[in-house]
Amino acid sequence: MSNFTAQHDSAATELVDITANRNRGKLPPGEKPLVASPGTWFVWAGVAVFFIFLFGIITSVVVDSFGKGWFTTWLPQEFTVSWYQDAWTRFDLTHILGVTLIVAFVVVIVSILVGVPAAYMLARRNFPLKRLVMVLFLLPILIPPITFGIPLATVMYNFGLGRTLLAVILVNLVPSIPFVIITMTPFIEQINPSIENAARMCGASMRQVFVRVLTPLLVPGILAAGILILVRTVGMFELTFLVSGPQSDTLVVAIYRAMTSAGGSEARALVSSMGVIYTAMMLVILIIALRFINPTQLVAQVKEARED
Amino acid sequence: MTAITETHRPNLPKPKSTASRAHRLAERGVDTKLLMLLPAIVFALVLFVYPFSYGIGLTFQPLPEIQNQYGGGIFANYIAFFKDPFIFDSVWITMRLALPVALFNVIVSIPIAFKLRHKFRGKRFMSTLLVLPITLGTVLTAQGLLIFAGRQGWLNRFLMDTGIISQPLPLVNNYLGVVFSLVISGFPFAYLLISSYLSGIDPSLEAAAKTLGANWKQRFTKVTLPLLAPGLATTFILTFVLAFSVFPSARLVGDPLGSTRVMALMAYRSFAEQINYSMASTIAIMMGVVELIVIAIVLLGRSFLYKGSTGGKG
Amino acid sequence: MSLTASAFDTLELKDVGRSFGGREALADLNLTIRAGEFIALLGPSGCGKSTALNCLAGLLPLTHGQILIDGKRIDVLPSEKRDFGMVFQNYALFPHLSVAKNVAFGLEVRGVPKAEVKRRVSEAIALVKLEEHAKKLPGQLSGGQQQRVAIARAVVLEPRIVLMDEPLSNLDAKLRLDMRTEIRRLHQSLGLTTVYVTHDQEEALSLADRLVVLREGRVQQIGTPTELHNNPANWHVADFMGYRNLLDMELTEVSGTQARVSGHGLSLVATLAQPARPGDTVRMAVRPHDLNVVTDHTVTTGRNVFTGRVGVVEYQGREFAVEVTTSTGQRLFVHAETAPQVGDEVTLVLDPARALVYQQSLDANVSDEERERQVLAEVGS
Repeated sequence: MSNFTAQHDSAATELVDITANRNRGKLPPGEKPLVASPGTWFVWAGVAVFFIFLFGIITSVVVDSFGKGWFTTWLPQEFTVSWYQDAWTRFDLTHILGVTLIVAFVVVIVSILVGVPAAYMLARRNFPLKRLVMVLFLLPILIPPITFGIPLATVMYNFGLGRTLLAVILVNLVPSIPFVIITMTPFIEQINPSIENAARMCGASMRQVFVRVLTPLLVPGILAAGILILVRTVGMFELTFLVSGPQSDTLVVAIYRAMTSAGGSEARALVSSMGVIYTAMMLVILIIALRFINPTQLVAQVKEARED
Repeated sequence: MTAITETHRPNLPKPKSTASRAHRLAERGVDTKLLMLLPAIVFALVLFVYPFSYGIGLTFQPLPEIQNQYGGGIFANYIAFFKDPFIFDSVWITMRLALPVALFNVIVSIPIAFKLRHKFRGKRFMSTLLVLPITLGTVLTAQGLLIFAGRQGWLNRFLMDTGIISQPLPLVNNYLGVVFSLVISGFPFAYLLISSYLSGIDPSLEAAAKTLGANWKQRFTKVTLPLLAPGLATTFILTFVLAFSVFPSARLVGDPLGSTRVMALMAYRSFAEQINYSMASTIAIMMGVVELIVIAIVLLGRSFLYKGSTGGKG
Repeated sequence: MSLTASAFDTLELKDVGRSFGGREALADLNLTIRAGEFIALLGPSGCGKSTALNCLAGLLPLTHGQILIDGKRIDVLPSEKRDFGMVFQNYALFPHLSVAKNVAFGLEVRGVPKAEVKRRVSEAIALVKLEEHAKKLPGQLSGGQQQRVAIARAVVLEPRIVLMDEPLSNLDAKLRLDMRTEIRRLHQSLGLTTVYVTHDQEEALSLADRLVVLREGRVQQIGTPTELHNNPANWHVADFMGYRNLLDMELTEVSGTQARVSGHGLSLVATLAQPARPGDTVRMAVRPHDLNVVTDHTVTTGRNVFTGRVGVVEYQGREFAVEVTTSTGQRLFVHAETAPQVGDEVTLVLDPARALVYQQSLDANVSDEERERQVLAEVGS
């Protein structure tokens, strides 16, 4: 009980400090101080609870993955890395990671190669049935994965593609290609069409316009869309699960299978270690991605030129 | 000066276009470049339209056992869907999970988005953290919940050690566990959407209300909320659809045979365990139908409550 | 500069027209352009001049007519195969490429060998005096500099024709004048056939060998600057050429090309620019410069003389633009060498040869007139 009052006091003190700071003019210009009202209390409390859960979950998994014999105590009795080694060999993680990355990258590349030209057509042209085509591309994103996934998986099995790598790639394309189309269309629309006309007047064919002029200008958008699809595909469960098998599971699916097999605390730590590997992989992808998604020079060039 | 022998041109009706046919087609936007659209269209037809319509057709080809048990010829699957309580109850079970979670996510996001929309120190950091769970994924969240909120987990330990409770709370492997999981993965999404809708509302509208003497409560209910309503409706719909499609969480941190026997699980059971593809498709289609009904209700309600633009970029 | 003159004899637009959405953006355009000519397409917004240029470029498809070079149809060719250079109103420079790479673009796309590309690019950049900016990106250049890059990019390809779509309208007034001289200089030294679109009649008159005045998609007159300036084909062209005084008058007498018109408290001798009959209501067009306030040494024999009251006096450097009202209150824009007092009564003199009488309707008989003038112009040269 005493802990609670202590926390309450410190929070109140913090609020008082902030208002005091405002009076002393210590906050930099443009930043409003956080008003000390009951609403703020609720907000901060709620956010705090959320973060408590979030970090609790993440840390639990991490600790569990390094622990041995963690049953009734605050922390495991011993620390070890054996779970990782165990998981790696037992679940053949090199193979699974390989599958995950191959699927993700193939999906990204195909989605971009198919989606960007389609987005270009939708951005630049009005043609008969254009509305229908746009709806066609919107549906896979609006309809939830299970609803179209089960019929899709049925078809895959009927064609003998059940549990194959190809099936996993194909099903993941379904939400990804429309995603590229829908994000890239407005991006292309904002490029001044007279630039393309100028290129054509200089003698460039459509292919040359695409390669020499459009693609360099579209790179920021393509990278952003690509990263999002990468993350989404690595994390995609439902669609992959419906068509994959032991040889074609991605990491998420493998973890699920491990969790739904005969359980116990031992297996749990194994699963945790796989979970940590998964999170680490996601983090690495995101960190690498963030290096590429802010080529500030490229973005700035395009922006300045357009502001004429 | 040479004699001009031009004939005076009378006002004839417009002659037919003499431009080349390629030009006339290009006028309507049709030329070979349209082929760039072809791969995407082929993909959409082959991987989406065909399987989806095949699935719908499949629902009308029930297995003999189903026909025998429920009668009704080609509609047997649907009859089975409504008559078999094990299956039909899943609709209500899923709704019981998705509706409250979606409402909670949306409603809770509002004040938080509101408070966090002004610039303050560490805003970017906070926003990044709030969005973090999107990268974690449902399976990870499930595993984490099992450990953190389980009987032996830190949460229960803390509550017991501080004397708040004497018995560990059953927070996982039941309805609550799935709720937690859905909130953790759904809230950041709702927050992101509502934040962006909020920023699309012209701030000068609230300033105007302020100068007219409205306090924060009046400003909120009379200015902000009505303008936010369309965005709220959209966010609710998206969050609801996400929650309604819950699958791995229901199995991992829920009670898959009992209180969290969601439609997705039932569809999967038909698909993979009973190898009853037509029934599986039926359940999957009905999932979509139920979602559509809810969406329609929300959209209807929205159009009654507010008509107009958000007065800003919205 | 080693750029060669264009390699063709004539470019012909035959009955060129374009309508879309039920509207005729351009109709019945007949024009023959000779190699080396500077043609200006002139008119207000929406007159079809940009449409004509874009059709010529191949960026818009024709709905009627043909475009031929030395008798061969080119309107069936896509833009990239027509070998025309184009300068856009908003410059349309490639934002991700440097000045040098922008200029080199067309050459690289055609597979010209690297060494030649380098040589030609540096020549073109030197031609527009941007050597020290060669490595910069478009975003780092001013409007005028960007426009020069656009010009260099177009001319480096030694195209058969250079198309310019209101290239100076985004520049401020002084820069516009400087760039106008630049363009003139380039045309004189390179001799490239040019089709130039503008709504500024002063620009058109100073740059062009021949002008095409358009209105609502139709040609009003084709001719040299002098012809258009001194003999506008109808009152719209006259208006565009600065004939600010447009008065509706009644035609009372006709003899040959001379006519007597009356209205607004005046009875004047004028010249028929279009056929008309006594009793017609006509429109008389007079340039302010041709309506002079009488001074001691003004010649008045054989000229119209009448009075008016001074309303507004504007200083214009060496002369004055004065607004004068007639007895019926009709305003006239006249020209004076010394400033009269506001409210004074002044005497004005007008040479009948410079008072042009036109039909009120712009559509009747225009095509005939037009054809006549055009044939005359071509036969005469």
